[in-house]
Amino acid sequence: MPHIELNNDLPGIRGLMAFSPDTAEPLGVFTEIILRSNIGLTPVERELIGTYVSYLNDCFYCHNSHAEIACYYLGGDKELVDQVRKNPETANISNKLKALLRIAGQAQKGGKYVTAEAVAKAKQEGATDKDIHDTVLITAAFCMFNRYVDGLGAITPSDLSTYPLRAKQVAEKGYGNHIFKSPQPTAAK
Amino acid sequence: MPHIKVPEGVPGIRSLVMFRPETGKPLYELAQILLRGKSSLSEAERELIAAYVSARNNCMFCMSSHAAASRCLYGDEMDVVDDVLNDMQHSKASDKMKALLNIAGKVQILGKEVKPEDVAAARATGATDKEIHDAVLIAATFSMFNRYVDGLASFTPTDPAVYEEMGKRMTEKGYVLPPPAK
Repeated sequence: MPHIELNNDLPGIRGLMAFSPDTAEPLGVFTEIILRSNIGLTPVERELIGTYVSYLNDCFYCHNSHAEIACYYLGGDKELVDQVRKNPETANISNKLKALLRIAGQAQKGGKYVTAEAVAKAKQEGATDKDIHDTVLITAAFCMFNRYVDGLGAITPSDLSTYPLRAKQVAEKGYGNHIFKSPQPTAAK
Repeated sequence: MPHIKVPEGVPGIRSLVMFRPETGKPLYELAQILLRGKSSLSEAERELIAAYVSARNNCMFCMSSHAAASRCLYGDEMDVVDDVLNDMQHSKASDKMKALLNIAGKVQILGKEVKPEDVAAARATGATDKEIHDAVLIAATFSMFNRYVDGLASFTPTDPAVYEEMGKRMTEKGYVLPPPAK
């Protein structure tokens, strides 16, 4: 049960955004840019960083939501998503993404944990300044989202079959206010 | 030295949003709404929550700048800022502020650390649902800003006078996106 009266029964951050539409507006715009931009990192890579950080922060709602969005982009390759969240070092991903996920794992602990060595390694694997910037910002953003969702005890569906429905909605329409203003997706009857 | 090529000599988050104005714009808008928007918590109180979380995250730039803004906004009562940063529980902050700062401190550790009794304690001092929401979101947002600023090793001035000036500007102008780097 949420810690405050949200006056709605929407899951996760959706319920919080509906409670506080003023802050939801810039949050939606911000999320669309950091997770859906195609410049440098791909949307899949961005979602994998978000999934990994949410997993480290033990945020059930965010971690499963973004795992399903990554999975959708990957055409259903859940195995790869599982590999990344459990241990990026052994996952079947590029060396560049591995190096960036190492930076993400450091920044998740705290900004000062990011080492010059980890940054140099990522650059060596072909990461640009913008890729490194976006990796740190996506990590920082999920350290916010995860705390916002769990800190207010947002509604967290335990039924994992509901997550792919919302994932498909986000993959098709992006982030923004529609995720709490339009009807929640339901399974086709 | 910053980990990436941001404008030289520009401090903290300012250098980062000049590097990437697309993300800077909604981030500054969020800060403006959270810290300057309509709320039953004063701007000084909200800046103090931001400074308190930044201190716990050991982010010198964010802590110093938001503490300076809070002092400026508190005016004659600015002592409370350093009092809270030194020892929140024994500070002269109101019981309601202490309860909200306690929640913010739990959020800084991790969302799940906030327990129903923390929220009940805040309510008992008169905190509303909106105030509890705002305390959690400010704490979460600064858990982001602190990581953004230090994770890219942005320039952190050490001269207190620089922050005093910054605090004045934040009080007078609010959060206005600087022009992008050329």
